[in-house]
Amino acid sequence: MRTAFSEALLELAEHDPRIWLICGDLGFSVLERFAERFPARFVNVGVAEQNMTGLAAGLALCGKVVFTYSIANFPVTRCLEQIRNDVCYHNLNVKIVAVGGGFAYGSAGYSHHAVELFALMRSLPNMVVLAPGDPVEARLATQAAAAWSGPCFLQLGKAGEPIVHREPPPFEIGAAITLRDGSDVTLIGTGGALALTAKAADELAQGGRSVQVLSMPTLQPLDRAAIVRAAERTGRIVTVEEHGLGGLGSAVAETLAGWGRPVRFTPLRLTQTAVYRAAGQDALRAEQGISIGGIIEAASRD
Amino acid sequence: MQHDTLALARLIRGHALRMVHAANASHIGSCLSMADLLAVLYGRVLRVDPQHPAWPDRDRFILSKGHAAAILYAVLAEAGFFPQEWLATYAQDGSLLLGHASHHAAGVELSTGSLGHGLPVSCGMALAGKRENRPYRVFVLLSDGELDEGSNWEAILFAPQHRLDNLIAIVDYNKIQSFGSVKEVLDLEPLADKWRAFRWVVREIDGHDHDQIAAVLAEIPFEPGRPNVVIAHTVKGKGVSFMEGQLAWHYRSPNPAQLAQALAELVLSEVEGLEASG
Repeated sequence: MRTAFSEALLELAEHDPRIWLICGDLGFSVLERFAERFPARFVNVGVAEQNMTGLAAGLALCGKVVFTYSIANFPVTRCLEQIRNDVCYHNLNVKIVAVGGGFAYGSAGYSHHAVELFALMRSLPNMVVLAPGDPVEARLATQAAAAWSGPCFLQLGKAGEPIVHREPPPFEIGAAITLRDGSDVTLIGTGGALALTAKAADELAQGGRSVQVLSMPTLQPLDRAAIVRAAERTGRIVTVEEHGLGGLGSAVAETLAGWGRPVRFTPLRLTQTAVYRAAGQDALRAEQGISIGGIIEAASRD
Repeated sequence: MQHDTLALARLIRGHALRMVHAANASHIGSCLSMADLLAVLYGRVLRVDPQHPAWPDRDRFILSKGHAAAILYAVLAEAGFFPQEWLATYAQDGSLLLGHASHHAAGVELSTGSLGHGLPVSCGMALAGKRENRPYRVFVLLSDGELDEGSNWEAILFAPQHRLDNLIAIVDYNKIQSFGSVKEVLDLEPLADKWRAFRWVVREIDGHDHDQIAAVLAEIPFEPGRPNVVIAHTVKGKGVSFMEGQLAWHYRSPNPAQLAQALAELVLSEVEGLEASG
């Protein structure tokens, strides 16, 4: 996804001189082309995320569209107050890009597990929260973020994610994308969990289930209408995410509670137990039920 | 705008005293220590246009010590950014003049209140100006206590790397922070040497001497290609005898008798500006 992001940003910057890219000394093999093509609009601030985000706010106050870039939690939690006060309160054109969502840096350890960011970013004023589910969505989300006037948070995977969309789908901030229509159960996936969700749906369909699949690349503003329509159509919703409390499952629960009618709902999400043994992304997901088997089991539960 | 800056300083001290009194607010000591700096900045130095507060090539002034907002609003009102009648609403229900600096008031470039935010944002503004050869300068006023914040030192490292000679940090060095003296809490000394070691050009002045303030700010950039810092030695509560150098006036609000005495010392009346004799 990070390659899809960097290529999309490079194209956008060719046409929009307001676009700047600043990084916190990370981006090796990803950001070089931008830095070479647009040196006057690129800054490596060093290992200093608070200054990176404040700097972005200052640039945005001078009319720039500024992408900040780092990995996992670094561009978010380290500088949360700069995001809250400087970027969101002033409603500035700053786009915070975190690569390596979820357990993408699995064996690197808890410092690198980006498993709370949806909750933090979703609670801030003016913030758009984007978690594309494959490289196709990553490209579209990058374009949408650049075109959006105001703060965005864009959580990407790392590299080598499977393609979910054969053709670019219609993409709009705040709109769910229907991957498959069905009437028995709705699976809603976001971010790195989308590909698993789509695969689980294929297996369920082969087993004779009529499965609806929604991709939810925007967690805020949330497509509440699509969630309610799904609840009305299938009466059973399973959300899938590589994130803990406060993310997609919580947002969908808030929507369904507001809707106020009975619906079977299973949020598949991470526990709040910090991982302390090294493992790869798939293994860490599976340990916490985020797997094809886990999704099928949740969708088949009575 | 070419003001009598001494008169302007007295006027905004008076406004701030009345505002803080009416709102039963804190931080009057922090307001008074920077009154002279603000008066010279807005009276003689800043290239701003109150009729066009978003003029792209205006000088930027960022108040990083956002708790001293009352006197910033006072000088902005005196400069004509918004009606002086607004000052009476400071921190009152429904007012846009929040207790800490708020960008919803014209002329306030950045909402602040949490310390350590102004300098990084100022670096961004200065970098945009530098990379695009714009003529504006970015002034940021910092408290001494807020230099405890690590975010400032990230920005202090950044500015010389990018040759931000259009950036001017001013430290209101009144030697008293929130819960004690700077020396007792977290000593900044040798402060000038620290900035020098980070490759800034340092000037030290008496932050209440208008000639010194004006003279030093006329020299910008102190050296081409290097960021500027003015360490302004000041007195917390300056101008009101019983507030000077007193930590308590970081928190207390003057009662009616104290307000009257303070205004009398400034040769100001309670409702108007300068008295005929002043």
